[in-house]
Amino acid sequence: MRVTFTVNGSRESVDDVWEGESLLYVLRERMGLPGAKNACEQGECGSCTVYLDGAPVCACLVAAGQVEGREVRTVEGLADGGRLDPVQEAFVECGAVQCGFCTPGLIVQTHALLARRPDPSDAEIREALAGNLCRCTGYEKILDAVRLAASRKTGAE
Amino acid sequence: MRPLEYRRAEDPRRAVTAVAGRPGAMFLGAGTNLVDHLKLGVARPDLLVDVSHLPYDKIEPRPGGGLRIGAAVRNSDLAAHPLVRQHYPVLAQALLSGASPQLRNLATTAGNLLQRTRCPYFQDVTTPCNKREPGTGCSALEGYNREHAVLGASEHCVAVHPSDMAVALTVLDAEVRVLGSGGERTIPITELYRLPGDRPDRDTVLKHGDLITAVDLPGLPMAAHSAYRKVRERASYAFALVSVAAAVQVRDGAITDARVAFGGLAHKPWRAYRAEEALRGVRVSAAPGDTLAEATTAAPIAAGGAASTGENAGGTSTVEDLRAAADAELADARPLAHNAFKIPMARNTFVAVLRGLLREEGATR
Ligand SMILES: Cc1cc2nc3c(=O)[nH]c(=O)nc-3n(C[C@H](O)[C@H](O)[C@H](O)COP(=O)(O)OP(=O)(O)OC[C@H]3O[C@@H](n4cnc5c(N)ncnc54)[C@H](O)[C@@H]3O)c2cc1C
Ligand code: SF4
Ligand code: FES
Ligand code: FES
Repeated sequence: MRVTFTVNGSRESVDDVWEGESLLYVLRERMGLPGAKNACEQGECGSCTVYLDGAPVCACLVAAGQVEGREVRTVEGLADGGRLDPVQEAFVECGAVQCGFCTPGLIVQTHALLARRPDPSDAEIREALAGNLCRCTGYEKILDAVRLAASRKTGAE
Repeated sequence: MRPLEYRRAEDPRRAVTAVAGRPGAMFLGAGTNLVDHLKLGVARPDLLVDVSHLPYDKIEPRPGGGLRIGAAVRNSDLAAHPLVRQHYPVLAQALLSGASPQLRNLATTAGNLLQRTRCPYFQDVTTPCNKREPGTGCSALEGYNREHAVLGASEHCVAVHPSDMAVALTVLDAEVRVLGSGGERTIPITELYRLPGDRPDRDTVLKHGDLITAVDLPGLPMAAHSAYRKVRERASYAFALVSVAAAVQVRDGAITDARVAFGGLAHKPWRAYRAEEALRGVRVSAAPGDTLAEATTAAPIAAGGAASTGENAGGTSTVEDLRAAADAELADARPLAHNAFKIPMARNTFVAVLRGLLREEGATR
């Protein structure tokens, strides 16, 4: 089947898609957008998190046909030209990235959290990131990065 | 690649006809369960009829009280809805205890109700499973059955129903609205799910092609005093080992009405009618310093429950009465090799949830 949807602001069509394959597969294998990662493919790790119509979702459990006509934003679409999003900058600065496999998903999920709640409590951060697993960092530096990004966001406003 | 057709439904009746007339057709909600099953080979449909875009995405007050929840409403939107939080806290809490934010943003009301068991053998197509392939046997019966049922199971299947939301809807006496080939009908949620018996392949009483269109909640003042508690392997993002949904009404120092349901114990959300019966009339001792005042909803649940001192009319304390009510329900529980812990866990969770609610009641009066 052919699927047409908006990715990071531009309208794209992809052909020869198997109806049962996932949005994650379409993005990574058919559209050259490998930012969202494929780790568990079962909704358990959050490394495939992308925005679908403005809400962060697990792209591995969305069937390709379901995105027809809809709007997807991936981690590749967060930077403003050459300038990283403040969430991305904070992850780099805080050392919240080790192997980096979980990072794109965490960044999209954090981006969504801060858009909704610019100044989240630690409990809110933990709850918002509960679906994103990281095997390397022990999460402390990730929490630091979220707090830093939040403080910059609220400071800038 | 297996041939698979995808269609986006634009009209409910045509969606029903399309699925009812084709054995290999299935409705698709958000796909968080079904897409997983496609990949695992657990489900092998040849047609997916996507019903998540039908106009069932609203939460509306019903004339005469209550709420109508559209089948396509996302779990995240339902949990956040002000009327749900205010009038049915048990439902908001149950939803928020389930899955992850990214999954709740996708999952639909109907898909959540009809999600299938997380029994590991059911999901592993290389092992026998009567639910996936009738007649092949049940691998869990003599296998790893820590997560399995202690109530209402059969020799053919010991799986549990995984939905948290459904447990909350069960205490709320929700009704499920269904559109089938023969027209519309309403099924009380307490009658939607089946026990496995000798047909564990059938989770519910629905027929092939029955489309869930909405869930109706009755106006239920006591539901404002309701709560959900889920016990699991880690603090977040895991299925329930045991869960309890409850609502209570207290008048003149005694419980006049109570509703309780267990999750994680059976093939369906387990409405605890016997425990409810035993709870009616229990005197609530709410004097400062007694056992209820000590209970906090965050208190850890110790095996055997906490010691009690406050006395009731019959010489028993409120906490002893609560424990007896739980035991009345759990008397028929039959553990498997690895899940006997669920019985005291269910009893303690029951007591903890009711203590929390009674304490709240005491505080608001
Ligand atoms: C990692 C992970 C963790 C999870 N943790 C929890 C948890 O802790 N607690 C919990 O309760 N759930 C949990 N879930 C399950 C999740 O809640 C369900 O997958 C979700 O609710 C299913 O909704 P859906 O819309 O995606 O359904 P789908 O996957 O689209 O469909 C599920 C079933 O419902 C049928 N269906 C869908 N819509 C209709 C309709 N309108 N009428 C008739 N049939 C229909 C489909 O044919 C299919 O059989 C978890 C899931 C994952 C992946
Ligand atoms: S418990 Fe039920 S679902 Fe699990 S293996 Fe046995 S028959 Fe299958
Ligand atoms: S790859 Fe999607 S949640 Fe793990
Ligand atoms: S940095 Fe390696 S999984 Fe998170």
